[in-house]
Amino acid sequence: MTVSKTAIGRESGLSLRQQRIRAAQWFLAPMLIALFCVAAYPLLKTIWFSLTDTSLNNLSGGKFIWFDNYFRMQTLSNGAVRYKGTLVDPAWWNAVWNTVRFSVVSVVCETVLGLIVALVLNAEFKGRGFVRAAILIPWAIPTIVSAKMWAWMLNDQYGILNDMALNLGLISSKIAWTANADTAMYAVLMVDIWKTTPFMALLCLAGLQMVPRDIYEAAKIDGINPVKVFFKITLPLIRPALMVAVIFRMLDALRIFDLIYVLTPNSAATKTMSVISRENLIEFDKFAYGSAQSTLLFAILAIFVSLYIWLGKVDLSGEGGK
Amino acid sequence: MSFGFKSRFMRSAAAIAVLAAVGTPVLAEEIFVVSGATGSDLQDFPAIVKPWEDKTGNKVTIVPMPSSTSDQFGQYRLWLAAGATDIDLYQTDVIWAPQLAEHFVDLSEAGKDLIAANFPSIIQSQTVNGKLVALPIFTDAPALYYRKDLLEKYGIEVPKTWDELTAAATKIQEGERAAGSADFWGYVWQGNAYEGLTCDALEWVKSFGGGQIVEADGTISINNPKAIKALETAAGWVGTISPEGVLAYGEEEARGVWQTGNAAFMRNWPYAYALGNGDDSAVKGKFEVTTLPYGAEGDASAATLGGWNIAVSKYSEHQEAAVSLAVYLAGPEAQKMRAIMETHLPTIQALYDDPEIAEKSPIIPQWKNVFLNAVPRPSAPTLGKYNEVSSKFWSAVHETLSGNGSAADNLAGLEADLTDLKGDAW
Repeated sequence: MTVSKTAIGRESGLSLRQQRIRAAQWFLAPMLIALFCVAAYPLLKTIWFSLTDTSLNNLSGGKFIWFDNYFRMQTLSNGAVRYKGTLVDPAWWNAVWNTVRFSVVSVVCETVLGLIVALVLNAEFKGRGFVRAAILIPWAIPTIVSAKMWAWMLNDQYGILNDMALNLGLISSKIAWTANADTAMYAVLMVDIWKTTPFMALLCLAGLQMVPRDIYEAAKIDGINPVKVFFKITLPLIRPALMVAVIFRMLDALRIFDLIYVLTPNSAATKTMSVISRENLIEFDKFAYGSAQSTLLFAILAIFVSLYIWLGKVDLSGEGGK
Repeated sequence: MSFGFKSRFMRSAAAIAVLAAVGTPVLAEEIFVVSGATGSDLQDFPAIVKPWEDKTGNKVTIVPMPSSTSDQFGQYRLWLAAGATDIDLYQTDVIWAPQLAEHFVDLSEAGKDLIAANFPSIIQSQTVNGKLVALPIFTDAPALYYRKDLLEKYGIEVPKTWDELTAAATKIQEGERAAGSADFWGYVWQGNAYEGLTCDALEWVKSFGGGQIVEADGTISINNPKAIKALETAAGWVGTISPEGVLAYGEEEARGVWQTGNAAFMRNWPYAYALGNGDDSAVKGKFEVTTLPYGAEGDASAATLGGWNIAVSKYSEHQEAAVSLAVYLAGPEAQKMRAIMETHLPTIQALYDDPEIAEKSPIIPQWKNVFLNAVPRPSAPTLGKYNEVSSKFWSAVHETLSGNGSAADNLAGLEADLTDLKGDAW
């Protein structure tokens, strides 16, 4: 009796703050459950699959085999030892290298171009609203559609790019953009930069508009030249916004799939981590092996983001400066 | 929302009224067929399926997929693994049977009459452990398309060996370019890194006497001097008689160059015959077909066995209607329409003696012997690992054609990879 009486007493004796926290928990619960179902569960399931020998024809029939999909030693009948698994698979490391190369080059180009576009759009001129909307078109087109469109533009025989370059005298013979291993990566980079620069421009523009105008006026009165203004005032002030924009793009670039799948699906020169894991998951009879590669992709992304946030001191809480 | 409901309601009411008027005893079912889009297959499909729709009162909807067989396979495998009920019938490639067998209905009972009428080897290719996985709807064996007007113009015989082809293509290409066609090419084929390159390269290797990658008994035979010679020959075409872009061409891209009159020779499947003679074709009436060339005297021409089949999903909710449709699509009536409209080779023996087909698609009776001697891809001995074998083969070939490593090195590497993949047994 006394126990329950105390309990009730405690129940009603909750402070306002505690009551608020409890209410907040109830309101958050549906979202957390939804997040668990759509994010955590698939992730955990993939990690589980990567530790088994599951095949796509029988998803529930896998046996637990520890880390054999990642790394295992095999002793052949003649006594020689062989190493197998994703971690010693040259195709996987080639894909990792391709992905990293692609991400770094594309994000650097997009950031620089995006910033330039944003600076232009930040200036006052007639029809600015229209230009701001128009520049978003490449970003608004679904990737599959724009990739197909570019595939035709890059076509060696009827492509408009070859035609224009030939007529301008830039090239002497038609280039097989997507077929040639040397140009395949450039073709993919070109399309990605075309597509994603507007996104970067938009995020940079948002950052630029946060910069108080009076600082510029002060600089103008002091007669500082515009280049110095950019590096000493603009850049430091938009740095937090820029860092967040870069991390979004980097995450996107590291898991690039659709563009490459449409433009150069089977070329070893452009195969990325996502492309190779899909190939193993679905096309080859190696579902668990592909799961192991997906898990590694997740791990690489997680490590990268943690490092970036830690080294760049990025503030993701949105309370910068407080 | 209310409008949508109302119109849908009205539509179904109208449908019921029509049905009642016609007096169909059962409610019509809607059957979904998924198929890749190559040539005019999808445009012709409604006409082919119309008689069945009229007879049964059911409706057939086609779900289009990309032309590349590798792309189709990935999607189908995913749907089937998930037990998707949305698709009732799948159009399947000849090489898929062992990999997808367990997801399809056994058609040996329903297709009894067809089995007897078909070529036994084709039925055999679709039978896995006694289960008939799919019914063949057409078979395929590629041809060498050549411009007879240009061969006459330059006084060249139809080439029999690959060397003769190379020489002929070079001569015509030089002549046509000098005459002002800057985009003219000697020979176009399928060089993209996908299943189609496996077909093309298997033909080169086999016609040089270099075996068929993995032999019927499971031995890996690809690393041999003849296969190396074959790949070296093909690598010599890229950038000379074939555009460098051929390394990204599938069937339709090659046909694009050919059908606009920009190539002297093309390797392609028979479907390009009807399309090449269409009214919008620049080469209408100007070309002929022959068997693919061979390496040297003493070797034989080789054509990769292709072909498509129709399979009924185990997860279909309209199985009875779906099986009936499959039997119709694989039956003589549909095959004849396909032969005439799309020059697809029938799998029913009697159709090769059909006078109407012989008149409208003369390539078909001519092609009977070609496909009867066609080389199968090693999907039977390699079982579930076929896709990986094929992918490793086309990658090695694509590397060689792109100039990354010599044919000898790439094939030695391929042999090691395949041995690794094989392990103790396929």
